[in-house]
Amino acid sequence: MTTRNGQLDFASLRAKLSGSDGQSYWRSLDELAETEGFQEFLYREFPQQADQFVDPVGRRSFLHLMGASLALAGLTGCTKQPDEPIVPYVRAPEDVIPGKPLFFASAMPLGGIAEGLLVENHMGRPTKVEGNPGHPASLGATGVLAQASILTLYDPDRSQTVTQYGEIRSWSAFLSEMREALQRFKANQGAGLRLLTETVTSPTLYEQLRLLLAEFPAAKWHQYEPVNRDSVRQGAQLAFGSNVATRYDLEKANVVVSLDADFLSAGPGRLRYTRDFTTRRKVRGNQHEMNRLYVVESTPSNTGAMADHRLTLRAVEIEAFALALAAELGVSWPLPASSATAGSAWIAPLARDLKRHPGASLLIVGEQQSPLVHALAHAMNHALGSVGKTVVYTEPVEANPIQQVQSLRELVSDMQAGSVETLFVLGGNPAFTTPADLGFVEALAKVRVRVHLSLYQDETSALCHWHIPEAHFLESWSDSRAYDGTVTILQPLIAPLYGGKTAHEMLASLTSQPDRSSYEIVRGHWQTHFPGAPSMGSKTSVPQASLAFEQFWRRSLHDGVVAGTALAPKSVALVGRPVLTPQGGGKTGLDIVFRPDPHIHDGQFANNGWLQELPKPHTRLTWDNAALISPATAERLGLNNEEVVELQYQGRKVEAPIWILPGQPNDSVTLHLGYGRLRTGRVGKGAGFNTYAIRTAGAPWSGVGLQLNKTGRRYQLACTQHHHSMEGRNPVRAGTLEQYHEHPEFIREMGEAAPQSLSMYPAQKYSGNAWGMAIDLSSCTGCNACTIACQSENNIAVVGKEQVIIGRELHWIRVDRYYSGGLDNPTTYHQPVPCMQCENAPCEVVCPVNATSHSDEGLNDMVYNRCVGTRYCLNNCPYKVRRFNFLLYSDFETHSLKLARNPDVTVRSRGVMEKCTYCVQRINATKIEAEKEDRPVRDGEIVTACEAVCPAKAITFGNINDPASRVSQLKAEKLNYGLLAELNTRPRTTYLAALRNPNPEIKATS
Amino acid sequence: MTCLRAPLKHRDGTSSRELFHLTQISARCYILPAFEARPSSSLPRWTQRDFSHVSQIFHRSTNTFAKLSIFGSIFIIAGIVAVIIAVNRSGYVTQAGVTREQPVPFSHQHHVAAIGLDCRYCHTTVEIAAVAGIPPTKTCMNCHAQIWSNSPMLEPVRDSYRTDKSLRWTRVHDLPDFAYFDHSIHVNKGVGCSTCHGRVDRMPLVWQHASLQMEWCLDCHRQPEKYVRPRDQVFNMEYQPPADQIALGKQLVKEYKIQNLTNCSTCHR
Repeated sequence: MTTRNGQLDFASLRAKLSGSDGQSYWRSLDELAETEGFQEFLYREFPQQADQFVDPVGRRSFLHLMGASLALAGLTGCTKQPDEPIVPYVRAPEDVIPGKPLFFASAMPLGGIAEGLLVENHMGRPTKVEGNPGHPASLGATGVLAQASILTLYDPDRSQTVTQYGEIRSWSAFLSEMREALQRFKANQGAGLRLLTETVTSPTLYEQLRLLLAEFPAAKWHQYEPVNRDSVRQGAQLAFGSNVATRYDLEKANVVVSLDADFLSAGPGRLRYTRDFTTRRKVRGNQHEMNRLYVVESTPSNTGAMADHRLTLRAVEIEAFALALAAELGVSWPLPASSATAGSAWIAPLARDLKRHPGASLLIVGEQQSPLVHALAHAMNHALGSVGKTVVYTEPVEANPIQQVQSLRELVSDMQAGSVETLFVLGGNPAFTTPADLGFVEALAKVRVRVHLSLYQDETSALCHWHIPEAHFLESWSDSRAYDGTVTILQPLIAPLYGGKTAHEMLASLTSQPDRSSYEIVRGHWQTHFPGAPSMGSKTSVPQASLAFEQFWRRSLHDGVVAGTALAPKSVALVGRPVLTPQGGGKTGLDIVFRPDPHIHDGQFANNGWLQELPKPHTRLTWDNAALISPATAERLGLNNEEVVELQYQGRKVEAPIWILPGQPNDSVTLHLGYGRLRTGRVGKGAGFNTYAIRTAGAPWSGVGLQLNKTGRRYQLACTQHHHSMEGRNPVRAGTLEQYHEHPEFIREMGEAAPQSLSMYPAQKYSGNAWGMAIDLSSCTGCNACTIACQSENNIAVVGKEQVIIGRELHWIRVDRYYSGGLDNPTTYHQPVPCMQCENAPCEVVCPVNATSHSDEGLNDMVYNRCVGTRYCLNNCPYKVRRFNFLLYSDFETHSLKLARNPDVTVRSRGVMEKCTYCVQRINATKIEAEKEDRPVRDGEIVTACEAVCPAKAITFGNINDPASRVSQLKAEKLNYGLLAELNTRPRTTYLAALRNPNPEIKATS
Repeated sequence: MTCLRAPLKHRDGTSSRELFHLTQISARCYILPAFEARPSSSLPRWTQRDFSHVSQIFHRSTNTFAKLSIFGSIFIIAGIVAVIIAVNRSGYVTQAGVTREQPVPFSHQHHVAAIGLDCRYCHTTVEIAAVAGIPPTKTCMNCHAQIWSNSPMLEPVRDSYRTDKSLRWTRVHDLPDFAYFDHSIHVNKGVGCSTCHGRVDRMPLVWQHASLQMEWCLDCHRQPEKYVRPRDQVFNMEYQPPADQIALGKQLVKEYKIQNLTNCSTCHR
């Protein structure tokens, strides 16, 4: 169904979709159109280059080399294993037992907001990140960025030395220059001194800044980061006349409305929100009801994919929608007239549904929406009686909440005026990420001394005189606040690999004690500020106080939270008559919508191979960003996937490839930030295009008037959506809560399970444990954290863009995306697919060397050292979960990367098949501990990496031989089904069908 | 046949057809010395030589040897295989029975048999972790700060303690990196130290007692009753299995709930 020039024929696709009856699922536009590319992936296991040699080396010389290497390969068998030294400690540290990891509590700050972590440490080197169950923002879960932080820590491309004008200098040389500067600042009260930081929540850093500014009153502190929460703050200001932070209790909410908010995968508190939200999605034997989620959004998000009702609106239309909804809900403010036409059918039933649940409903607005929408949501939440129940207001989490774009503007104008003598850029990469119209780069040239602290030698470092390597957060002492204000004291897991410095140490360089370590600074701060600290004139004796502090310090470090620091709820009142000025649409042209990249965020993670190769939610693109447009817009403009267009916005231009995304609003182009880095390491180099080039201070998140010009060129994107296809079958089963209540068996009846007797092999008996897994599709948000956790735990290699294009990515657990419904607003389902550990495993019987075999506990073992690489198992696997090392993907050379590896899992070489084994290293370790204590393994004691990381608790692992185990109970649920069970593979990993809870009123109207 | 009409040219200019003739002729020349080449103007000159004067090299009796050798090749191949297997299991390959040079000639014989140190004094984590643990220099210095404190043999130990630099011992028991062995579970299930490590109390310098090959591991994993001993005898170097080891073993296997773990993933992952 493509026209002659390869253009998708949308009309016939629509006809095809409308002709299909009942629930049918499609993976992509290409699948619907049956394009050649899709067919090739479907019918050939490895579409390109798997059975022919097309590399630049000629066939003849290849055969020469192969002949020689085969002849020589035999000789390697004659070499003896080389002698290996054992290097014991001189004085063994307490608690370190070789082979047994230790876990330390810390936190990952992103945009200043902390996510609590427990970091696994093998003999002094952090190898794996887990969530801290005691931390309110984590509850044991982590996100993709925290999981991948291990790789950034060991990144060999990190900046490794202090430089001045690009020449290597020492830290003490920097300090001595600062000593001279300090004399000048003392004389002129710090005039000309400017500090630019990212968002600061750290109590210690704030205290340092406060003291510094008190000493140098003429100095100024600015905060800016590209993914900021300015409109959230402005919205609160508009509604309450003061700056307050909002947090939500989704566990109590029956009806949730998201106005362009991707609260499940972006922004502070996302992990906690996911946990709370999905707790109410789990329909089980004893829980019959679920919450209802309405999402109105301007670009497909993971939250939108979870929605019971999803409405696509252009970013500018959401304001009108919010106004209409506010009017319907009876907001007391005098509202400007709404011109809402799009989605108007929704408003009445939605308002009725919200009103039916007073105090148990809430509206959440995305960071990218205008302040007006935020203010309206506050008013609506008040009108619904949600405040104090599902919506909690507190003091701001940020130490000094300001309008960051405004702050940056002031800094730039000061720099242009030549009044900035010394600029400290502490973290961040403003030369790359600041709005294009502010002219930060040009203004920076006028500053006499520029100092930049960052993890990499980046775009800003190139423009600064001094570059100081930053200590990674896993190497630093610091502190940070979570979304609810809870403080975590960050402790280092390893000494700085490259002598990195923290922002604390940088600020100390401007004081009379320039070489204080961040440990001394952070500890010193808490010594005077800890909750039990003796106040001035109290009678506590010095030894008593120091004992109390020591107890506090150890307890806080151990727990990963400072007890009692969560911000208390605050009662706020709406202002009487706010100034509500809608922006309105108006101008012609396309909408432009900016979003932080789901994986490399604002660009700071661009050099992280795990994140680059992780398929992005919805698009399933890796290694690049693209201009996302809707199928109807593509049809109207005659555009196709991978076609390079020139995007012109307010006189600035950038070129980008097109990606057609079902569910995207019409006439709206979504661009992700962070790509197209000019100076980064070898991984991020050349990936994607720089959308900051057309981002302006006036339209940081969306605007109207984008022009799109064809260039006639194409750019190849690496999309994983067609890889590992299970064609012509319905891997996802879904239904509605209503269907479930009417006839609970309906999911099981969707497919047929083969009788168990239908096998020529004798059935295996399990006397002890029999491992199994259940994955709940109602809870899975498609956040991809499981994929990265698995990559980190199992030493899975990164293959690179070229190899991804030919279908060779190595992820052991992938998250498949399925659509159902029409082209323009399909329902999206996410399905994580690890190895099914089949009872009748098709892979086992075809292995000529028994490298894959069934264990006594039902695992489908994979023995890497036995595998000879025939790939028969992979051919025979109906789930496509086996991965083959076509080339030497694992880096055996780079020393720092060796430290990142899990010592309990083999690092696979080329020619070896690999796959998920339910984290057998964790199973064995726990079993050994249980055996030593002479007891059976407890339910929930073994936690696979994917299960541990999942914020939605969608994955459950356990013993299916024990009817009381959590996994057995889930498998007994009526929603449980086996993937492709009709093939009689008897998978041990089963799924709980995805249930949605649509509003019958809206269903009838739409 | 296209090659006849338009012969493929090789790099030196001879066509396929010429090459075919050449090989035919040269083959005949060597196998049958009396062969007379048919003169042909198209062939190179050397093929037209007369080989009739060349005498037979081998005597007729060698034919018997030739025939015998065809029959005997089965035994020869079997012999080669047997030698390969034997070599693979020999100490040459497995390093079993080979003493290694160490930075300090530490004698287990002296410390265990003569002084009576328990294994766990130095190998502290053998009961709780996968690795038994190599003692830090501090453990040596516990005693050697007092006794033999001037011995030149112990200079590397004192030097390590002084300079905070680790001693570099040569590993004696070195499993391949894809085999994940855990000491603690074996010790807890009644596998004695000497079962795998031999009589360390009689080794002046330690050598590897067993082959550490997979079949050796599997021997016990398949039939643990052949080797297990009571838990209180695990660290006893002088323990001798009783005459009715199998009966005792079966009883202990039951008592300690020892499983025959022969799954691949038990050790490989």
